[in-house]
Amino acid sequence: MINEAANPGEKSFYQVSTNKHTGILSWLLTVDHKRIGIMYLIAILSFFLVGVVIGLFMRWELMFPGKTIMEAQTYNTLFTLHGVIMIFLFIIPGLPAIFGNFFLPIQLGAKDVAFPRLNLLSFYIYVIGAILVLVSLFLPGGPIDTGWTFYIPYSIRTSTNVSMAIFAAFILGFSSILTGINFVTTVHRLRAPGMTWFRMPLFVWSTYATAWIQIIATPVIGITILLVIIERAFGVGIFDPALGGDPILFQHLFWIYSHPAVYIMILPAMGVVSEIIPTFSRRTIFGYKQIAYSSLAIAFVGYLVWAHHMFTSGMSDTSRWIFSLLTFIVALPSGVKIFNWVATMYKGSIDPQVPFLWVMSFIFLFSIGGLTGLVVGALATDVHLHDTYFVVAHFHYVMFGGTGTIFFAALHYWFPKMFGKMYNKRFAVISVVLFFIGFNMLYFPKFILGYMGMPRRYYDYLPEFASLQLVSTIGSWILAGAIFFVVGYLIHALYKGKKATANPWGGVTLEWHIASPPPMENFHEIPTITHEPYDFSQLKEMKYGE
Amino acid sequence: MGSAPTIHVETVDFVMLYIVGISVILLLGITVTMVYFVFKYNRKKGHKPVDIHGNIALEVIWIAIPTLLVLSMFYFGYTGFMEMRKVDKSAYTIQATARMWAWEFGYDNGLRSDTLYVPIDQTITLKLVSVDVNHSLFIPAFRIKEDVVMGKTNYLSFKAKETGAFDIACAEYCGLNHSMMYSKVIVMPKNEFDKWLNSQIEKDSLSTQDSTKTKDSSSIKNSLSSKDSPSGKN
Repeated sequence: MINEAANPGEKSFYQVSTNKHTGILSWLLTVDHKRIGIMYLIAILSFFLVGVVIGLFMRWELMFPGKTIMEAQTYNTLFTLHGVIMIFLFIIPGLPAIFGNFFLPIQLGAKDVAFPRLNLLSFYIYVIGAILVLVSLFLPGGPIDTGWTFYIPYSIRTSTNVSMAIFAAFILGFSSILTGINFVTTVHRLRAPGMTWFRMPLFVWSTYATAWIQIIATPVIGITILLVIIERAFGVGIFDPALGGDPILFQHLFWIYSHPAVYIMILPAMGVVSEIIPTFSRRTIFGYKQIAYSSLAIAFVGYLVWAHHMFTSGMSDTSRWIFSLLTFIVALPSGVKIFNWVATMYKGSIDPQVPFLWVMSFIFLFSIGGLTGLVVGALATDVHLHDTYFVVAHFHYVMFGGTGTIFFAALHYWFPKMFGKMYNKRFAVISVVLFFIGFNMLYFPKFILGYMGMPRRYYDYLPEFASLQLVSTIGSWILAGAIFFVVGYLIHALYKGKKATANPWGGVTLEWHIASPPPMENFHEIPTITHEPYDFSQLKEMKYGE
Repeated sequence: MGSAPTIHVETVDFVMLYIVGISVILLLGITVTMVYFVFKYNRKKGHKPVDIHGNIALEVIWIAIPTLLVLSMFYFGYTGFMEMRKVDKSAYTIQATARMWAWEFGYDNGLRSDTLYVPIDQTITLKLVSVDVNHSLFIPAFRIKEDVVMGKTNYLSFKAKETGAFDIACAEYCGLNHSMMYSKVIVMPKNEFDKWLNSQIEKDSLSTQDSTKTKDSSSIKNSLSSKDSPSGKN
């Protein structure tokens, strides 16, 4: 069992510097995985809020037909930035960089990740990439207006700052690769004694599967971006047909990374769900191995479906149906996870606290996202719906309703552990409800608009789309209100919140065995693991049990 | 669905209903079960939780049944798609040229038009050509689209069984005026179409290239006429 000798008055990692500095430098030069996780949280949450604000402006413009507040060029820039910021600065790094950094070593019973200095380097590469994105906005030529997919030939022809912005994505890729290498090594080398592969918490499993995708898929986008920069700078014909290149080749290379990247975004979220449901149901997870293996299956099959983004690109009909078939296959492991999660509630002892409410909301929204994925996975329907609002709705339900919702679930689940404070639970319940209502008002009308034939990336639209567009804009206010409310009461809780206990939810994975916030180096003595990850019989023996 | 403008519309709407129907059942099943469990096994009721590690039979069932379901969805999607891609030897071919930000349709007798006029009950094959960036020819009412890519000739087929005017939109982002790149497809009875084709040739032989261009830009405005004037937005 865990030989935990912590005393109540011990110092947390906030009070102990890992270097000779104090104050801000003890943070900026830290190699502690928890401090790096917190720095990522601040940076990533800030960019997320910027992305939300940009989204609000887009919805404001679309509130009525015709010009509402901005010119077409501004709108085209905003939807590009919204995509670039949300994808590259929020949702790809989001869960692994924040919660993976903070909790992966603790859940394995380790003092830190395998390469702490490399971990700090990853953070700074992320910051440099983010700064490059910002710089590209203010250089002559103007902000990038290509859409986050950077499709050629438009991205070669436009005079905006494409090279700088995609170079930022190139830099950010290295942050992702290095974090992946760090996590894979940590899982292989730093498991505590007795922490066999099948005693690892499922958040570790999913982060591990994610790390492999980060390592293997990211170089593809890096090379592709370099080729685009070379093409723009020196006029070498690679992708641009005017120079003898092949624009479809660009789409293939882009999606060979960017489809697996969808699983970089969603897998860690699935891991968090697999943590929260057992804790609040107070029973073991249903189908542990199926969930673990389905993460690996998603990571593997996820490589083979990229061309379903290109069903109308003009590639051969044979490749279209093959990729359609493979796409339906990749839906299955996600289904397996959902069934196992719901089955985990069966005969549990369910306490639907705030993180659990976020997870329930996730299961509903993510199911809609996944099931509408079947609609666009089928060829006949996809040809109609490709590049319409239906696709926009579909991926917002998956990415925002899925990963975004779980970002908030994870934040509410681990907040007391990370900061040692508890937030106002009544405010938290209100925010879940508002989020859920606003989310569906904002995105559900887009399914209908898409089927009616409203194409995406449209500054203006036909009058028959006006009423649903207006509903969607009103939804965006409710959703953004909920998000800013969450940020507000969490920041308030940091200063004025009640002190959190070490184990407020009655969890049993290793982070609940140590103090809140955790001490520097997490464990005074590396624990020896004797239990399965979700064995709640150990609650009674735990130092910080009930 | 008897009033669908093409047979393919009925096919796509059927595939849509099939997949959405199954999805709604699955979604309701999952959600209702989840909510029921939260009430039934609520901690307030004081049940002792039971650790159930899994059930192989259940796992097999909830992999096998969804596999069959998604394979059937794949199949309907596949056949519906192939029906649209069938190349008809008797098809009437029209070249559709996309540029930033207008469509032009070229007929085999040399006639060019910014609006697509087609005869009813005749398979039309559009040869898709771009002179600059990627575009995508999208006719929502017919449930079809295909990208228009420079250096690559894609094609798109349809056979209208109803006369009328339907929107043509650009579905692949192509820069500043992407959202204004609308045109119309006008389906007419065969004899009217022939009359139009011949009369236009006569007119065309008299008019210059310039007048064609003016016609182009005015028709884009017309297609968006029911909203604020697009010219104010550029």
